[in-house]
Amino acid sequence: MNRNHVPGGPPLPAERLFPGLPPPCISLPGCPLLACPVPAGFPSPAADFVEERLSLDEHLIEHRAATFFVRVAGDSMTGFGIHDGDLLVVDRASDPADRSVVIAVVDGAFTVKQLCRIPDGALLRSNAPGHGDILVGPDQELTVWGVVRWSIHAV
Amino acid sequence: MTIALIDGNNFYVSCERVFNPRLEGRPVVVLSNNDGCVVARSAEVKALGIKIGTPWFQLRDLARQHGIVAQSSNYALYADMSNRLMAVLGQFSPDQELYSIDECFLGLAGFGHRDLVNYGQAMRRRVRQWLGLPVCVGIAATKTLAKLANHCAKKNLAGADGVCDFGRIDAAELSRLFSAIAVGEIWGVGSRLSRQLAERGIASVEALRQADARILRREFSVVLERTLAELNGISCVTLDEAAPNRQQIISSRSFGSYVHALEPLQEAVASYIAIAAEKLRSRGLLAGMVQVTIRTNPHQADSPQYQRGLTIPLSQASDDTLRLTRAALWGLKRIYRPGFAYQKAGVALLNLSVAGTPQLDLFAQARDNTRLMQTMDRINGIWGRGTLRSAAEGVQQEWRMRRERISPGYTTCWAGLPVARAG
Repeated sequence: MNRNHVPGGPPLPAERLFPGLPPPCISLPGCPLLACPVPAGFPSPAADFVEERLSLDEHLIEHRAATFFVRVAGDSMTGFGIHDGDLLVVDRASDPADRSVVIAVVDGAFTVKQLCRIPDGALLRSNAPGHGDILVGPDQELTVWGVVRWSIHAV
Repeated sequence: MTIALIDGNNFYVSCERVFNPRLEGRPVVVLSNNDGCVVARSAEVKALGIKIGTPWFQLRDLARQHGIVAQSSNYALYADMSNRLMAVLGQFSPDQELYSIDECFLGLAGFGHRDLVNYGQAMRRRVRQWLGLPVCVGIAATKTLAKLANHCAKKNLAGADGVCDFGRIDAAELSRLFSAIAVGEIWGVGSRLSRQLAERGIASVEALRQADARILRREFSVVLERTLAELNGISCVTLDEAAPNRQQIISSRSFGSYVHALEPLQEAVASYIAIAAEKLRSRGLLAGMVQVTIRTNPHQADSPQYQRGLTIPLSQASDDTLRLTRAALWGLKRIYRPGFAYQKAGVALLNLSVAGTPQLDLFAQARDNTRLMQTMDRINGIWGRGTLRSAAEGVQQEWRMRRERISPGYTTCWAGLPVARAG
């Protein structure tokens, strides 16, 4: 270790971070870092530096802090491509729209259903033969836990 | 200066409730996994008069009578939810300082044109929707006052709907409010100090606020004099000087000059851990989580700003410097971004519990023997973690028994995901 660079010592020169590159410029927290300045109008070859392998997380998750994974148990949603044992990507940050597939709390348990708003409350719909819907009346409280964004299963 | 302090309500219990809606409305306690004491209570449990620290075995009868649900501490869950909480709150201000697992300060300077009560409500709404967690927001001119405003919001003494902004309360009303709050509620005024103050006739927040600064300095301390200034709206407490939270050990410092690279930050963090771990051991405690924070200089407005903190749960509570260092450095690597002039780094040891179990002292003499630790690490590196370990870590079975009421790793373990019925 270089004893010159203990806390309180002189700041490290930028060249040590990226040998051979211009000094790093800045990114916003949470955004990918550009390791070199990007001059307007002229693509720098060094910009290749930031290209990383594709990330499924990036593709599947819009709101990192608000996204949770939930496991499916049952066959009532196969019509939506949601099967027993599937992994659901659930986003709590987006507001459920009419006909969103959601995780709702029914009798204290998580249930995956399609939310259909009706004039007098809501209908939690299944989508598979032999499975019924749940009617939520105007005086019943409906807790939508999150909106299902993706269902992941092995083929 | 305008500062907000946001604090989770019954944080551990609330984390459990997010993934187990059946716990909603029921009395719930979370136990320390070490010795079975209550470390968190739901509002229903507080209403029963059960105190923090009560051993679970003393509560058995009461628990049966009231249907109290006890959960073991799920460090991994709380740490993940804490990191999510801080990320969501960080959206509300570029100036965020983590203070504990469920608390942070947000600098709101320059937000004066906004309705800060509404802004506080927006924070509450977002945290509630995104994470399912209830929080309270205190807003005031100094950190000490923001803590107090948060207390008022939580206890419903002032403000409304979990948000209290002292800036909205006129002077006469504020002094009435402060007269009704015991001096011991002030940040950093512990029970011993509040007794000493009461003996001098300073029993309420208002009485301290009106006290003579010179006398406080002479008879108590400079720290109390600063608290007095803070109570009067003069900001002078930085987090370094802030009163230590009894539930955590903080070690942090501003650097003499800016640090840019990872390596010196690692050295700094490792040395802070060493200091904190020593304190931990001297108090006979174990830490369940490690928090690491780094930031640039927020007062250098023209240079790019970055601050980030991460809480890392340990697989098992520990007082081992190497173990804690490893966790902290792992976290540092995750939050470090090149290209910034870092002014400060800090670590906090959280989730402290008493190292109550008898420890086999095979390695006690060698605790500071780095070569032994390195040899252990090498062996473990080759043969897998835990191959060789200190007897003080306890045996697996005993540890498992002590966490028999633990909830699944809802967000940290594939086998523990919440299940949604499709039936």
